[in-house]
Amino acid sequence: MEEALVAGTSKRVADYMAKPSKFADKAFEWVTFVMAMTVVVLIILVGWQLSSGASGSVRKFGFGFLTSTEWDPVNEQYGALPFIFGTLVSSFLALFIAVPLSIATAIYLTELAPGWIRQPIISLVEMLAAIPSVILGLWGIFVMVPWLLKYPFAWLKNPHHLGWCPLFRGPTYGVSMFAGGAIIAVMILPIITSVSREILISVPNLQREAAYALGATRWEVTRIAVLSYARRGLFGAVILGLGRALGETMAVTMVIGNRPVISASLLSPGYTLASVIANEFAEATTDTYLQALFEIGLVLFAVTIVVNLIARLLLMRFSGESLGRSVQ
Amino acid sequence: MFAMLASHTAPAPEKQETSNTMKTIPRLLSLSVCLVAAGFGPAAFAQLSITGAGASFPYPIYSKWFNEYAKVDPSVRFNYQSIGSGGGQKQILAETVDFGASDGPMSDENLAKAPGKLLHIPTVAGAVVVTYNLPGDLALKLDGKTVADIFLGKISNWNDPAIAKLNPGVTLPDMDIAVVHRSDGSGTSYIFTDYLSKVDEDWAKEVGKNTAVKWPVGLGAKGNEGVSGQVKQTPGAIGYVELIYALQNKLSFAGLKNADGEFVKASPEGVTAALTGAVIPDDFRFSMVDAPGKDAYPISGATWLLVYQKQKDAAKGKKLVEFLKWAMGDGETMAKDLDYAPLPDSLRERVLKRISEIEY
Repeated sequence: MEEALVAGTSKRVADYMAKPSKFADKAFEWVTFVMAMTVVVLIILVGWQLSSGASGSVRKFGFGFLTSTEWDPVNEQYGALPFIFGTLVSSFLALFIAVPLSIATAIYLTELAPGWIRQPIISLVEMLAAIPSVILGLWGIFVMVPWLLKYPFAWLKNPHHLGWCPLFRGPTYGVSMFAGGAIIAVMILPIITSVSREILISVPNLQREAAYALGATRWEVTRIAVLSYARRGLFGAVILGLGRALGETMAVTMVIGNRPVISASLLSPGYTLASVIANEFAEATTDTYLQALFEIGLVLFAVTIVVNLIARLLLMRFSGESLGRSVQ
Repeated sequence: MFAMLASHTAPAPEKQETSNTMKTIPRLLSLSVCLVAAGFGPAAFAQLSITGAGASFPYPIYSKWFNEYAKVDPSVRFNYQSIGSGGGQKQILAETVDFGASDGPMSDENLAKAPGKLLHIPTVAGAVVVTYNLPGDLALKLDGKTVADIFLGKISNWNDPAIAKLNPGVTLPDMDIAVVHRSDGSGTSYIFTDYLSKVDEDWAKEVGKNTAVKWPVGLGAKGNEGVSGQVKQTPGAIGYVELIYALQNKLSFAGLKNADGEFVKASPEGVTAALTGAVIPDDFRFSMVDAPGKDAYPISGATWLLVYQKQKDAAKGKKLVEFLKWAMGDGETMAKDLDYAPLPDSLRERVLKRISEIEY
């Protein structure tokens, strides 16, 4: 019915139109093609620029750059391992905190919340995304870190609670891998929530009605009809959040402690790839130092690509299982 | 990079704005702008723009100088980008700016890359203070060896005998020391590690001096505000910040034992005294930490402008030299208001002589 109407309309409109122009269509195709290629070229240029900037360091340190834990600008010894470790741990920690929060928020907003409360919450979540990261960082230093130190860290460190676990050992200063992960979580909450909400909204109502018709409870409807239907899209939302988490710089730098060490404890300081570039690039005077920082950028570029590839592979497995019932 | 350099201009009088606009608008419109500009007098036409980039530590005094100098000579306008010392050295080596600025002297390796003879012109100096957070209003005295041992992690408690010996009569708490250092590369770290390398052999061997080093212990915090924030929040913490920052934010800081064995609290006067005592070579690439002199404050360092001896553009070169001479005269008198230490007269004479050797 709908198709027929559209076809009818286009026929009538076509009567008034000039003869179809091959040139206009071609031009349109080419313009959009050029635009699309710009993105590709930009990525290639970034990669090329980073590689050429880092070439000296790559030659000098070779593969050892990725496995060395040494970062010593005075003796010109550079290794990226503690930074790679810090980037991955802080990002996944952020996901660990943010994903349950975001998806629960999205479920509440789409499935359960009464109308009058829905819009205010949506607006507030979106406002969270608008806070500049340096402001979040300052809030982190002056509010979040002292609070973390006083309550959660004190609780976790207590030997009767989780103090026996290597994840929560060692001296605590407040600024830590945990604080870094927590601040990233705050920053990626809005994007995961918004995207998840869009995906849950797009789940057809037929799904829910069918489940209710079978006598499912609200929780069962959400679990069986909504979440399993939307899981591929939700996974995509999480990946978007992870992409942001890997590159977060300023706020993380302000609360993570900036110490290039690999420690099992989440309460001890760490360092990330993005942070070390932001911190040291402006005052790096020697060639090797600059090249090493470029190579750090290259590593961050590669880590982002690898993580996205893995995510894509996982996504393909998911969609294989759900036989194309996906909503992304 | 070019866009960055062009995007910021020092605040300037109105007529300078007009001529700036002239460069950016299409040619068709420039005629009418010329007519408007003519109303402001002929000076606006001949205005030269001199660009520089580099260190952020002297940025407040440099922008004050450029503002004041616009009143002295309205025919020239200075643009300064505080992109960091590393950037300043790179830009002047690439000749993309007319002058560079750096908080540390350039290394021989970098100087060798310069296409011409590059002069170091010291402008002002500053100090770095050791700030701490201890219960009660304890006024601490420290010496170089003790500070180095604290930052090496060898001294880890405030009631350590080494600290107690320097502070007779002060009850030191039994408290772990939490070391806080700068995480971002900075001239402040350079001066501080330069000092520790000079006064402590172990530090020189294990860590060394640079804008960023491999810190044996402690946390990294971004900027002076990050370090002081972290110190304020952590009981038992110790860190270092610029004197200017400490004075303006009323932080408590330690008195330090200088080369003459006197305990000195940091002040601009103490820094100028250190400059008087320091041995300064002919190329002005000097370190002034732990300088002799009764009043000399030991952790201090100068900041430099980097200028080619042979200026390519005669008009710009002439204006640059005029400005540098003014800076060494009237400019230096403004330093104290902004808590920078001016150069002592003896050094100023030597610098002026060097400035007059610039060819254009």
